[in-house]
Amino acid sequence: MSTVTAPATTSLLQSRAASRGRRLRNHLATGLIIGSMAVTLVPLVFLVIFVVGRGGHAFGWHFLTTDIPILDREMGGGMKAAVVGTLLITGGATAMAVPLGVLGAVYLNEYGKQSRLARFIRFLSEVMTGVPSIVMGLFIYILWTLHFKSFSGFAGSLALACLMLPIVIRTSEEMLRLVPDELREGSYALGSRKVRTIRTVVLPHAAPGVISGSLLAVARAAGETAPLLFVIGIVTDTNSNLFHGPTTALSAQIFKNAISPFVGAQDRAYGAALTLILLVFVFTALARVVTTVYARRTTAAV
Amino acid sequence: MATETLAPAAPRNLSEGGVPPGRISDRVFRVVTLAAGLLVLVILGLIVVETAGQARSWLSAEGLGTIFSSNWDPAHHHFGALALIVGTLEVAFLALLIAVPVSVGLALFVTEVAPRPLRRYFVYAIDLLAAVPSVVFGLWAIHVLLQPLADVYSSISSATAGIPLLDTLFGSPSRSGQAVMTAGIVVGIMITPIVTAITREVFATCPASQKEAALALGATRWEMIRGSIFPHSRSGVVSAVMIGFGRAVGETIAVALVVGSNQRLSAHLFGTGDTMASIIVNEFGDATGTWRSALIGLGLVLLLLTVVIGIVARSVLGRAERRLAAVT
Repeated sequence: MSTVTAPATTSLLQSRAASRGRRLRNHLATGLIIGSMAVTLVPLVFLVIFVVGRGGHAFGWHFLTTDIPILDREMGGGMKAAVVGTLLITGGATAMAVPLGVLGAVYLNEYGKQSRLARFIRFLSEVMTGVPSIVMGLFIYILWTLHFKSFSGFAGSLALACLMLPIVIRTSEEMLRLVPDELREGSYALGSRKVRTIRTVVLPHAAPGVISGSLLAVARAAGETAPLLFVIGIVTDTNSNLFHGPTTALSAQIFKNAISPFVGAQDRAYGAALTLILLVFVFTALARVVTTVYARRTTAAV
Repeated sequence: MATETLAPAAPRNLSEGGVPPGRISDRVFRVVTLAAGLLVLVILGLIVVETAGQARSWLSAEGLGTIFSSNWDPAHHHFGALALIVGTLEVAFLALLIAVPVSVGLALFVTEVAPRPLRRYFVYAIDLLAAVPSVVFGLWAIHVLLQPLADVYSSISSATAGIPLLDTLFGSPSRSGQAVMTAGIVVGIMITPIVTAITREVFATCPASQKEAALALGATRWEMIRGSIFPHSRSGVVSAVMIGFGRAVGETIAVALVVGSNQRLSAHLFGTGDTMASIIVNEFGDATGTWRSALIGLGLVLLLLTVVIGIVARSVLGRAERRLAAVT
């Protein structure tokens, strides 16, 4: 009579061909899969809301530039010493780990390639990625703090650099591998030596990826606590000398204040947590931006 | 070292005699990069040597049997590591129990289920979770998770009291909410992003032809996942689990804040406990002499454990990759 055509069966799921039991199982599985995403988003959203909510009161320019009160129970105050400490220590670690990591990656991809030694180093850097950060802290404690008998921000930098090094090596090598051999051959054909080729052709081409990988390593290092606890001292005074005297860091202050019964200290912990999350997110986002811009540039070139 | 080859041979300036300009800088640069690469070897070697050197007085004080005694009592100079090793494994297994199913679900969600244009953003969200520092997780867990969890623990515990096995697992719950289970939950959340990332990559390598073949034969999406994706990814997922396990074992700060610092050997998941990493953080500042040496020794045990786990994970993944290479 009328033109009641069956709704287009886009997939088998709506058709009779799939038995009820099979359809049910499929829906159940899909539900569980979507559920796992929800289950993951819940703690993330709650954590961000909670930290922003409690840290938001304390946070601000004032918070970043005011000294840490000596007494935990004092309200207000800031995290200046920790902000300075985190920036200096992470900066120091970056200054060591990124150049060395990139050089190591250059060896692996440009010289060592598939030689036994290069494969061994590749394997070791993978192993090193898995070394717990607390072990790095102990290591630098034994090697540096025990030896020089004093705390310093630089010891913290060393510990973080040990954590960052394998990450930088691995991500940089991935990026160097993406540089087409034609570019290298072109450079050789023009009479460039290997070192010049690497410096003027290979590295510039891989730079965005290397930078983005390094930013991710920095983001990871900036949030680390365990490697710093035994080697930097953890004080409340601002120490702008990386190489001398005890200092502190945002992560260390959060750890110290988290177990404090005083609301003032807890508020500062949340303020510091918010600062740290913002710092880490900015670095992660920067890495993403660099990668996106790079991807756009290369697709435009092709 | 002598076996390396200078692949794509740098062209030589043949017209001139002697050492062509730039040749020395080529050599120097090669040595510099090699030194940077070898740094990894040096650091790892130094870590093992230095920690072992510091841990020696712990081992020699009570013999190798120390590791396998369960009595950790600094006041009476007993430093048995068994309770801590077991505690570490308990936390890590609980974390995997939570993280692995969720990660497999997440990986399937972002590769198969989510609307294509939105997939990127879900991946960003998962990566964001990975970017949250450990100490912030710990801080959040202390103030948000502990109280509700303590209530849950005590009600489950009273419901299962007297039932043989369950009583052992769920008995004597901690009143503060600081417990092995709490640490397991927090670590589970923390390792989910890394396990998801690897699982996702493994799932993505399943050839479209296999998936399409399953669908063309009339399989539902779930049947396609079970019939095409899972068999293809088994060893990759095992490797992801191992890498997650390694991370869970080494997770320190968040665990130190929520595990409750109790060094008794126990199977009570809702009771307080301790792990190797968390006891180092909590006691290192006060420790001297053999105590300090014992803590560094725990660090060494932890290092060796994670290295072994890492090597197993890698060899499983290596085998999977070889098989993939053979198939494609």
